[in-house]
Amino acid sequence: MKIKNSFKKLIQGYDEMLSLSHRTEIARELRDEDDLFLFLCFSEMFGIPNPAFYYTLELYPYMLEKFHDWHLRMGMENSPLDGVRCC
Amino acid sequence: MSGIWIAVFGILMFTVGYRYYSKFVAERIYRLDPNYETPAHKFQDGVDFVPTNKFVLWGHHFTSVAGAAPIVGPAIAVYWGWLPALIWVTFGTVFAAGVHDFGALVLSVRNKGQSVGTIASKLIGKRAKTLFLFIILILVLMVNAVFAWVISRLFISYPASVLPVFLEIPLAVWIGYKVYKKKGSMLLPSIIALAVMYITAVIASNVPALQIDLVSYFGGEESQTLFGLNGLSMAFFIWIIVLMVYAYISSTLPVWKLLQPRDYINSHQLVVGLAILYLGLLFLNPTVTAPMTNGKAEVSWFPLLFITIACGAISGFHGLVSSGTSSKQLNKETDARFVGYFGAVGEGTLALIAIIAVVTFFASPGDFTATYSSFQNASAGGLGAFIGGAGQLATGLFIPEGIASTIVAVIVVSFAATTLDTSVRLMRYIIAELGSEYKVSALTRTHVATSIAVISSAALVLLPEGPKGFGSGGYLLWPLFGTSNQLLAGITLLLISIWLKNQNRNYLVTLVPMIFLLFMTLWAMIQQVVFDWSGLGETEGNMLLFIFGSLILGFTLWILLEAISALSTKNKFSDIDYKA
Repeated sequence: MKIKNSFKKLIQGYDEMLSLSHRTEIARELRDEDDLFLFLCFSEMFGIPNPAFYYTLELYPYMLEKFHDWHLRMGMENSPLDGVRCC
Repeated sequence: MSGIWIAVFGILMFTVGYRYYSKFVAERIYRLDPNYETPAHKFQDGVDFVPTNKFVLWGHHFTSVAGAAPIVGPAIAVYWGWLPALIWVTFGTVFAAGVHDFGALVLSVRNKGQSVGTIASKLIGKRAKTLFLFIILILVLMVNAVFAWVISRLFISYPASVLPVFLEIPLAVWIGYKVYKKKGSMLLPSIIALAVMYITAVIASNVPALQIDLVSYFGGEESQTLFGLNGLSMAFFIWIIVLMVYAYISSTLPVWKLLQPRDYINSHQLVVGLAILYLGLLFLNPTVTAPMTNGKAEVSWFPLLFITIACGAISGFHGLVSSGTSSKQLNKETDARFVGYFGAVGEGTLALIAIIAVVTFFASPGDFTATYSSFQNASAGGLGAFIGGAGQLATGLFIPEGIASTIVAVIVVSFAATTLDTSVRLMRYIIAELGSEYKVSALTRTHVATSIAVISSAALVLLPEGPKGFGSGGYLLWPLFGTSNQLLAGITLLLISIWLKNQNRNYLVTLVPMIFLLFMTLWAMIQQVVFDWSGLGETEGNMLLFIFGSLILGFTLWILLEAISALSTKNKFSDIDYKA
């Protein structure tokens, strides 16, 4: 059992070793996708008319946790929304 | 003498170097602090800055720096005999590459995880950035052109390797898609992919119908085909066009779709290859047939040896990886010794086995001398000798030699192809960056920049008649590769030395290899530019090499002047974090 566990650990370590850069890249791509999605949701703030604004409003509660990181990445030091005071 | 003794000597050197020298450097010179908050913690974002286990990070670092270069360089350099190559690989790794990779990592960690390019532009201003861009541009142009030829040559010499290499592309796309969309583990699919490739290689080496042998399709080497090209040239022409089209597509796709999963599969190949070669060496116990030194060499080993073996001894590209990605993921500062120094040792072991594979391949010293009769022949036949030698070592593990050679060719082509598409991508970025620097907005567009990169590389490969016949135009510039790469390493060592000096520490550990490296680079460049290429010496001139060579020589002198001025003033580095 002990040998099996250490073998499993070894394989896990090996996998992690090789997939590190790949995982980072995928995380970056996914973050970019998320950023684009959030950008579309908040597009009104950037002066881009959004016909679905009324519906995207409903998504805000689900986005609050990500919101702070997102506005920092978008180059806004403080929360641009009055309703959302994250910082 | 048995080849095992060479391996024993090399590994002993690496062990002693890592155990004692790197410890001394870590404690006394770089003064690593386990309590220092690394950028991975300070700027943790779950993407670029992620604290990572040191073994995992070492694996990432090692597989990122090891590619075809530590194989190609030593395979050519044994032309001067195995002893000089062995000494440079071992001493170079211990005293130059180790402190260089390790130092670049520490320097970057102490500077918010910034890359050496950014740190250099802080130090010597905007000029340094442009200098960096131009050096890298020349480097990647050469890499594109030469690797296109190398891959074509391997496809022509080992037609059984074509199918598995092309099979890797859809397999990589499949893995990329699977992991991206479904977030599954990559290990099992990529091992399956590897198995599929190797099984295909085994089948293809036994079934001629599966070997894509363009030369025989065109009726043999000497037959006449279209545009006045013979069969061999036509095969080169088609392979190079195919590779360029491939490079265009792969470098414009998002990296996770093809490049990354391919790298991942290739990393397994690196581990598998190293294990097979070292175990094969142990079981086969082959005799070294190559001479210890070559007294009759028409090209002097001094200073060319130090330029020919770059990766595997010291290479500027390693600094880019150290400061580019590894530094952003370092968990504790004290891990830098293991990741940076031991990463260089990992690459040294690859160069070591490359030397052993070549020097034990030939049946007799006469056979060796026949293949390595001149430096030009060594450059042409070195890689082939490595593949043959590695195939022979694999027979120690009861793998038939023909199959082993095909598998080694698959490994080398995969490494070379990854280098090719990475360097086309890199060239695209540099063209875009130069475009934004000089306000030519057209150049910043992906397809415009990629087209320029691919077309200029293809033109360099196909238009001029290279030293190895049609399609080898890249070799016209290749003599510059070693020097420009070493120059990059010299700049990094210079940055580390200045950083150490400004903190009143002993900076000789980086200054000595820097002076050695820049001296060799300068010597080699002056010899080649002034005596070989300008037409003033005994040999016929070469305008192309003369112009590019003079350019790089100018850069080297410039860097030297900057080095002297930066080392004698103190305040230039003021905006960099010195606090220990």
